[in-house]
Amino acid sequence: MSDPKIDGFELKPGFRGMASDTGSDQTMFKGVHWGKAMMWIFLLSDTFVFSCFLIAYMKGRGSTPVEWPNPSEVFALEAFGVPVPLLLIALMTFVLITSSGTMALAVKYGYEKNRKMCGWLVLATAIGGLTFVGMQAYEWSKLIHEGVRPWENPFGAAQFGSFFFMITGFHGTHVSIGVIFLFIYAYKVFAGHYENGGKRGWFTTMKGDYVEIEILGLYWHFVDLVWVFIFAFFYLW
Amino acid sequence: MDDTNQINEKDKKPVDSTHKIGIYLWIWGLLFVLSFFSYMVDWYQFQGMLRWSLILFFMFAKAGLIMAFFMHLFWERYALVNVLLWPMTAIACFVFLMAAEFEYTLFSRMFYFFVGGGA
Repeated sequence: MSDPKIDGFELKPGFRGMASDTGSDQTMFKGVHWGKAMMWIFLLSDTFVFSCFLIAYMKGRGSTPVEWPNPSEVFALEAFGVPVPLLLIALMTFVLITSSGTMALAVKYGYEKNRKMCGWLVLATAIGGLTFVGMQAYEWSKLIHEGVRPWENPFGAAQFGSFFFMITGFHGTHVSIGVIFLFIYAYKVFAGHYENGGKRGWFTTMKGDYVEIEILGLYWHFVDLVWVFIFAFFYLW
Repeated sequence: MDDTNQINEKDKKPVDSTHKIGIYLWIWGLLFVLSFFSYMVDWYQFQGMLRWSLILFFMFAKAGLIMAFFMHLFWERYALVNVLLWPMTAIACFVFLMAAEFEYTLFSRMFYFFVGGGA
């Protein structure tokens, strides 16, 4: 239900529609599922959390007179005996964008009430996310073996480790939580919880609807979005 | 199977917003291409302003595509879009504040390392 054309809630496009929506009686975001509005609010607050981490990283990196470790070399990986810069990170980016695409398609098929396609695509997204977490675990253990710690590392400025573990760790936690929910929702789609008017969910008397897949999709795309910023600022800069 | 996944649904009551699959595939492809280019920035070891501006350009392009099409903000009502995007200006302000702050911290560190505190 992502268009302004929702039954009974016709809004004019642009700022005119916004004015009548915002200034209207009782509720804002008329016709938007409450869960979706709340997910957006949550993502907005999460944006602030990640922004604070990245801004702290900017401040830490900018204010140290010691040379910052070169991420291109720190995150290089041997492939066929040749060190390839950022190879693992490039693969992780590839996997995450792939899973973002399958999620977008899952949302589309969900709204078309195509249960099978939606379920398989959510499952594919979950497996992509799991692959990402696995690669991140490998990356962490590799760096820990090389002696990177939150308080020191052999490559340069000591702050590198603390920012690295904090930022990628917090992002990895988000991915892991997303993977858990993706598996749960893949089950719910296959089990038909959103078919024929919907089955009631846990701890609620409300019926399920495919809009839940869109809400899950918002979270998953946000995780991908955060990775875009981490990739740019932490690995490439 | 039912026929709701047919594209020609003229005579039917419009189903909850579905967009043509082509738009998703295009955006998906573009994201791969942009990621490839941002990896190339590192591969060819561009340095200085060129590197930073390219990184930022590809980053914002990818973020914009994900938010506009995958997260449906492009089709979303204006009230929601504005509530989400305006707070970002606060983040931009914070970035500028902290950028000024790290310049100052670095300056004072260098100053007292090399010049000393007087006294």
